[in-house]
Amino acid sequence: MEMVMSESMVENTSQVEGRAIPEQTIGDIHVDNPRMTARHVDVFYGDKQAIDNISLDIGVSQVISFIGPSGCGKSTFLRCLNRMNDTIDICQVGGEIKIDEQNIYDPMIDVVSLRARVGMVFQKPNPFPKSIFDNIAYGPRIHGLAASKVELDQIVESSLQRAGLWEEVKDRLDQPGTGLSGGQQQRLCIARAIAVSPEVILMDEPCSALDPIATAKVEELIHELREQYTIVIVTHSMQQAARVSDRTAYFHLGRLVEVGDTKQVFTNPKHELTQDYITGRFG
Amino acid sequence: MSFTNLMLTVLVIGALYFIAGQRAAFVFRSNGAGKLHSLPHYHGVWAAITSVLPALIVLLILLIGKDLLFQLMARDYFPEEILMGDTVDRAIALAKISNVVNGINFGEVEPWVQSAGDAWIRWEANAIIVANSLVLATSLVGGLLGYRRINPTFRSRNNVERVLTWMLIGSSLVAIVTTIGIVLSVLFESIRFFKLIPPQDFLFGLEWNPQFEGAERAGSGGGTATYGMIPMFVGTFLISVIALTVAVPIGLFSAIYLAEYATPRIRGIVKPLLEILAGVPTVVYGFFAALTVAPVVKSIGESIGLEVASESALAAGLVMGVMIIPFISSLSDDVINAVPQSLRDAAYGLGSTRSEAVRQVVLPAALPGIVAAVILAVSRAVGETMIVVMAAGLAANLSFNPLDAVTTVTSQIVTILVGDQEFESAKTLSAFALALMLIITTLALNYFALQIVKKYREQYD
Repeated sequence: MEMVMSESMVENTSQVEGRAIPEQTIGDIHVDNPRMTARHVDVFYGDKQAIDNISLDIGVSQVISFIGPSGCGKSTFLRCLNRMNDTIDICQVGGEIKIDEQNIYDPMIDVVSLRARVGMVFQKPNPFPKSIFDNIAYGPRIHGLAASKVELDQIVESSLQRAGLWEEVKDRLDQPGTGLSGGQQQRLCIARAIAVSPEVILMDEPCSALDPIATAKVEELIHELREQYTIVIVTHSMQQAARVSDRTAYFHLGRLVEVGDTKQVFTNPKHELTQDYITGRFG
Repeated sequence: MSFTNLMLTVLVIGALYFIAGQRAAFVFRSNGAGKLHSLPHYHGVWAAITSVLPALIVLLILLIGKDLLFQLMARDYFPEEILMGDTVDRAIALAKISNVVNGINFGEVEPWVQSAGDAWIRWEANAIIVANSLVLATSLVGGLLGYRRINPTFRSRNNVERVLTWMLIGSSLVAIVTTIGIVLSVLFESIRFFKLIPPQDFLFGLEWNPQFEGAERAGSGGGTATYGMIPMFVGTFLISVIALTVAVPIGLFSAIYLAEYATPRIRGIVKPLLEILAGVPTVVYGFFAALTVAPVVKSIGESIGLEVASESALAAGLVMGVMIIPFISSLSDDVINAVPQSLRDAAYGLGSTRSEAVRQVVLPAALPGIVAAVILAVSRAVGETMIVVMAAGLAANLSFNPLDAVTTVTSQIVTILVGDQEFESAKTLSAFALALMLIITTLALNYFALQIVKKYREQYD
C-alpha cells in the first residue's frame, strides 16, 4: 500500500518531487467548540485506500472548506460525515466520527436521524421531479416535522426565505422544481436541506455546475447560513474557499496535510504542498 | 443460371467494381491530382453500389412482374366460357394450369389446360434466360456508369451516405407499410361482413352463435346464427383483469426488489431466471393452466361450496398473469435503473429510508416507463390466445363471474378460421370484424394510457 501511494504521488505531483506528505497534520485540528469530531478515519474502497488516518474537528457555527487536487479524498471524507458512503457496497470506514459526542458509526445509531441532523447539498443540483413546494416539504414530511398543513406551509416559506429563493418562486410553488434555472435549483436544494433543520450542512462542490452570478448568490447564502448552521464545503475554487470559510483543510492523496484559519492557510501556508496548491503550481 | 448463382455473380461483379473504384482513386492520388474529395474506399463503395443496387431492383421487378405477365398471356388459351365467367372461374383455371406446370396431375387434364401449361413452362425457361442477361447487364452497365463518374472532385462520400439513408428509410417503411396493409385487409373483409350483418347487431349483440350459420343456409333449422360481440369482449376483459391483478403487483414488486434492494450477485441470478418465464411457449402455459391450475381452482372452489366450471376464466387469467410477469418486471427494472442516482442521493441525504426513497422519489420518476410496461402487458393479455383456448373454454357466455367458462376475441377468431371455411360466409367474415374491433380497442387503450402518462409524468431532465 505504502509503495503504491508513494508511486502515484510522484506521478501526480511531478513539480513538487521530494516534498513528502507529513505524517502528522500541520496546524491545529482542534476547535474550542466542536460539533463533529473525526479521529483516525480510514476509508477503503475494496483494496484501495481513499482516506488515510484523518483527524479533524468541525466547529459549531463555522464554515470549514476542504480543498485539494482531484482524487485527494476530500469528497470521500465529506460523505463519511453523514454516512452517504453506506450506499456504496464496497466502501469500508474505520476510525471514529462523533456528532455531539455520539459515534455516528455506532450500530445503535439510526442513519435516518443522522442524515436529518447532517444535511447534504450535492455537486449537481438534483431537485426531485416534483413541485417546488413538494421538494421543500419532502424532508419535513418524512420526518414528521409539521403537525398541520399550516405548519408545513410555514416551514416551506421560511426555508425558501432563508435560501433567498422565496421572492423568485412564491407565485409558482406548484410548478416543477426542475423548471428553475441551475442556480435557482441549487438554492432550492439548499432550502430543501434547511427544511429539516439540520445542525450541519455538507456541500459537495455546490457551485461547480453554476455560472458566476449564481455562484455569487450561493456564496452569499452560505454567509448568511453560517449564523445558524455548521457548514462543510468541498470546493475546487480557492477564491471561493477564501471568501466563504473560517477554516480551511488541505487534503492530499488521502491525507489531511494542513488545517488552519482560512486567512493563515491562504496567506502563510506552513507546508510546501499547501503552498504549491494554493499558488496554482499544480492541482 | 440458378437464382443463387445469379446473386453470387452480381455480388462478385460488385466486389470487382469496389476494387476498381478504390484503385482508380488511389491512381488519382498518386498522380498528384490534388486532394481527393472522398477517401478511396468511398469511391469503391460508390462503384459497387451503382452496380449491385440497380441489378437487385431489376431482379425484384422481374420476379414480381413475371407471374402477372404469364397470367395475362395464359388467357389466350382460356376457352370462351371461362373468359366470360367470374373471377373465381379464372382463378380455378389458373390453378389448374399451375398444377400442370408443377407436374401435379389429378386425373384427366383438359387439352387447353395442357397446352397452356406447356406454354407456361416454355415461358419460364425463356424468362430465366432473359432475367439472367438483364440482371447481369444492369450490374455491369450500372457499375461502369458509376465507375466513370469517379474523379478527384467527385463527392462519393456524400452519395454513399445518401444511399445509406434511403436504405434505412426503406427498411422502416417496410414495417409501416406492412402494418397499414394488415389493417386495410382486415378493414375490407370487415366491410364485407357488415354488408351481411348490420353493425349494430354485431357491436351491441349479447349473443354469439355463428355455428348455426351453415344449418341456417341449408334450411335445416336448429337455430339462428347470431353475431353479437359483447360476450367475447367481456370474456377478454375479465381474463385480462385477472391476469393484470396477478402480474402488475408481482412484476412491479420484483422489479423494485431487483433494482433497489438486490445485491449485484442476486440480481445476476434472479433477473435471467425471471426472463426465462418470458421464453416459455404459451402453449406450455396452456397445458399448465388446463391440466394443473384449472382442476386446483375447481376443487378449491367446490370445497368451499362454489360452483366452478372445469374450464374457468380464473384459471386462464391466473396462468396468463404468470406469463406476463416477466414483461412487467424486466421492463420496470430497466426504467427504475434509469432513474438518475442523484435523485436517490438527494432522498437518502435528507434521511429517507429505502422504501421512502423508492415510493416517493424513484417510482414517481419511473412512472411513465412503468405504465408503458403495463400497457405492453395489457396488449399481451388481450392478444394472448393459446392459454385461453386451452383453459377457459370456448363457450361464449356473457358472464362477469371468474368461475364460469368464458371465451375471448382471439380464441373465437382461431375457432372460426381453423379448418375448412368458405370465404363468402358471414361466419368466416365475422373473424375479421372481431380482429378489427380488437385492433381498435388496443389502439384506444394505448392512446389513453399515453395521455395519462403525459399528464402525470415527473420529468427529471
